Amino acid sequence: MTDDLNKLRAALHKAPAPDPGSKEAAMRLAMQNFDRAHQGTAADPRPIPVRPQKPGFLTGVRHMLSTLTTRPILAATTSAAALCLGLIVVLPMGDFSPDAPFAVDEGGRSEAPLLAKPEAAPMIVAEEAAADTSATMGATAPAALAQDQMATKRLMQPESAFLAPLATVAPTPFPMDQIAPQVENTEAFANEAANPIKMTAEDPVSTFSVDVDTASYAIIRSSLMRGQLPPAEAVRTEEMVNYFPYTYPAPEPGEAPFKPTVTVMPTPWNAGTQLVRIGLQGRLPAIAERPPLNLVFLIDTSGSMQSADKLPLLKQSLRLLLPQLRPEDEVAIVAYAGSAGEVLPPTRAENAATILDALDLLEAGGSTAGAEGMELAYRVAERMTAKGEVSRVLLATDGDFNVGISDPEGLEKYVEKKRAQGTYLSVLGFGRGNLDDATMQALAQSGNGMAAYIDTLQEARKVLVDQLSGALFPIANDVKIQVEWNPTQVAEYRLIGFETRALAREDFNNDKVDAGEIGAGHAVTALYEVTAPGSAALANDPLRYGKAAAPSESAELGYLRLRYKAPGESTSALIEVPIASGDIPADEDARFAAAIAGFGQLLTGAKYLGDWGWEEATALALSGRGADAFGYRAEAVNLMRLAQSLSTQ
Amino acid sequence: MLMETPDETLALAAASGDRAAFGQLLARHYDRVFGLCWRLSGSRSEAEDLTQDICAALPTKLASFRAEARFSTWLYRVTVNAAHDRRRRAATHSRAAAGWGDWEMNRQAGIVETAEANDWLSTAMTRLPPELRDTLALTLGEDLTQAEAARILGLSEGTVAWRMAEVKKRLRRLAAEEARI
Repeated sequence: MTDDLNKLRAALHKAPAPDPGSKEAAMRLAMQNFDRAHQGTAADPRPIPVRPQKPGFLTGVRHMLSTLTTRPILAATTSAAALCLGLIVVLPMGDFSPDAPFAVDEGGRSEAPLLAKPEAAPMIVAEEAAADTSATMGATAPAALAQDQMATKRLMQPESAFLAPLATVAPTPFPMDQIAPQVENTEAFANEAANPIKMTAEDPVSTFSVDVDTASYAIIRSSLMRGQLPPAEAVRTEEMVNYFPYTYPAPEPGEAPFKPTVTVMPTPWNAGTQLVRIGLQGRLPAIAERPPLNLVFLIDTSGSMQSADKLPLLKQSLRLLLPQLRPEDEVAIVAYAGSAGEVLPPTRAENAATILDALDLLEAGGSTAGAEGMELAYRVAERMTAKGEVSRVLLATDGDFNVGISDPEGLEKYVEKKRAQGTYLSVLGFGRGNLDDATMQALAQSGNGMAAYIDTLQEARKVLVDQLSGALFPIANDVKIQVEWNPTQVAEYRLIGFETRALAREDFNNDKVDAGEIGAGHAVTALYEVTAPGSAALANDPLRYGKAAAPSESAELGYLRLRYKAPGESTSALIEVPIASGDIPADEDARFAAAIAGFGQLLTGAKYLGDWGWEEATALALSGRGADAFGYRAEAVNLMRLAQSLSTQ
Repeated sequence: MLMETPDETLALAAASGDRAAFGQLLARHYDRVFGLCWRLSGSRSEAEDLTQDICAALPTKLASFRAEARFSTWLYRVTVNAAHDRRRRAATHSRAAAGWGDWEMNRQAGIVETAEANDWLSTAMTRLPPELRDTLALTLGEDLTQAEAARILGLSEGTVAWRMAEVKKRLRRLAAEEARI
């Protein structure tokens, strides 16, 4: 074998000498650009034509030549094609063939399709499987184990409660993708600068919208598993905290659709401050109440969806989803690439074979015509909607859906308008490289949906099977949180995360202002770090000329107000809860949430953490790991360790 | 004897606007970049285009050079990323341009390819998926260690080792196929 390698080496060393003319031209161009760059004018980056040139004979030939490199996948001999296909099928899917027993098992459980599912989970095992695949060790055993555990859990724990928020991720299992360029990929992330410490005397009220997305955690995991620290702008701490299920008390029947729980504990990274944890637990409606569901899969089949962690994974993911539907639910598929088309007319979920066939026929190719596809999907959804039914468009893309649209904001507006008319939108992101997280977030927020990032089948399972009801059935819309801090008890406060969800104070009572949704069984966690007056940990000195806080008898730290709209209503209801002071030893959930909040801050610069570092975060997370039946938390601990190693490199 | 100024020094000088340093750096590395481009793309004209793209972008790119890595490593990474980008774009575009004509184009390209692929290298290389080819270009082509290649590709060393094993496996299969013919 080494013979062959040597032969290859020798052949590769016979590189042709560069053509002097081209060399000179290239160097001249480089010098020109250099001069331009250093004259203060913006230098052109490498030319990136936005659209293909008008095809002419020469361009055609050029295309052929320039695409030669990827040709084996498309056009080489059948055996070459078979090789590549083999790779695509085997590596990322591991043993998750749709025919695998557990899928069948799901189908058999149709009497309790959606809502009764406790959260289940992708787990570290997913990570391991993925890592193994790329590193070549056998991947199947752990994944199988995961399935077993999940199955067991489901049998044992039917009563369960909280579904964690929805979106998610895992590492990209496929080596082909690992080559994703670090310097110049086209990913775009949504984020804002970290929330600063605020003085209660100046600004006693903090307002934000809930966020049940978890895409950020998934993206972080994917980056770490590829051996890179995630870009700071990809880190949204609240989405990391919300990735994990916590056991908050659920609302009693007859109460509001969700119930707030507030606890106060010492801050792990600062002895002089306290951590206030606000947990909202959404109700899990009775299964029988679930209205019929109309789902339109809007699937990006553009050329960039070709790699194994995109379209093939997407097909597998949707296969997992189908058994979760009831016979009377309807599914339609719209593909968009080149020209948008209805691949599958509305079909009742009981005709699973028809739906699966249509899914199988999807192939990647063509450019992306996102807007057209979107319009078509909404038209189909509207056609399907009957009274009392829930309709949702499920957009699955690698982020390229904006090609050709001159006006992404217009697209957002459009989604918003359709939401007002009753059709919601959720976004599933696939693959890395040109993941447009920012647009995904924006569209999902406009569409009252979740934005999830899926890069392993385990993740697909968490999002589309175990937490599907939360994803598809909102129980409260436009949920806003406002906290008024009591200046005699809290001198300074800092909201950890939620930067992209901040609201103006007056927006709280304005029902026209959109905010986040809580789905069936969702839980949302928000953390504040608060500092008492006189604490050594105060970041700001008191003002010499400032007014002393009006003495107040109240020992409350603050007052929590929540606004939400019941689905279909346009006026909001109010929930008010005082935040009692206290220093109860933190329970496992609280410790774990704090550790994850620390994790997020460590990834973004750790401005407020002092000497508290990875060791402490990992130890705290371990102490809060609890039963962790599905290994989410164990996985997080491993990711922390990985991040620690990467950050000390 | 004059010591040659290290690449890293030149690069930092060039990044802060030293024209002569930039010119020197370019002259020193053009051939190497071209060589790698050829190994990555397998075609001379493609390699020339790619090298030109990289040269054109280099002045801006240099701003992100931090002297944390050796300049040559950094430049390799820039090259590999550029090649990868270009490949992805080319794939998207040929499909974008063709519509239903894809098939015919692929067929034509297939014919061209077969004509070109008459030597053993092209056969072997075109049979390998791009990520394996990239790895080969760096390890065998540029004589880098697996660790160095891993750093350039942004992968773990284990992955590179796995890819090399994969290459061997595929070459073996290829040899077996040839033997049958």
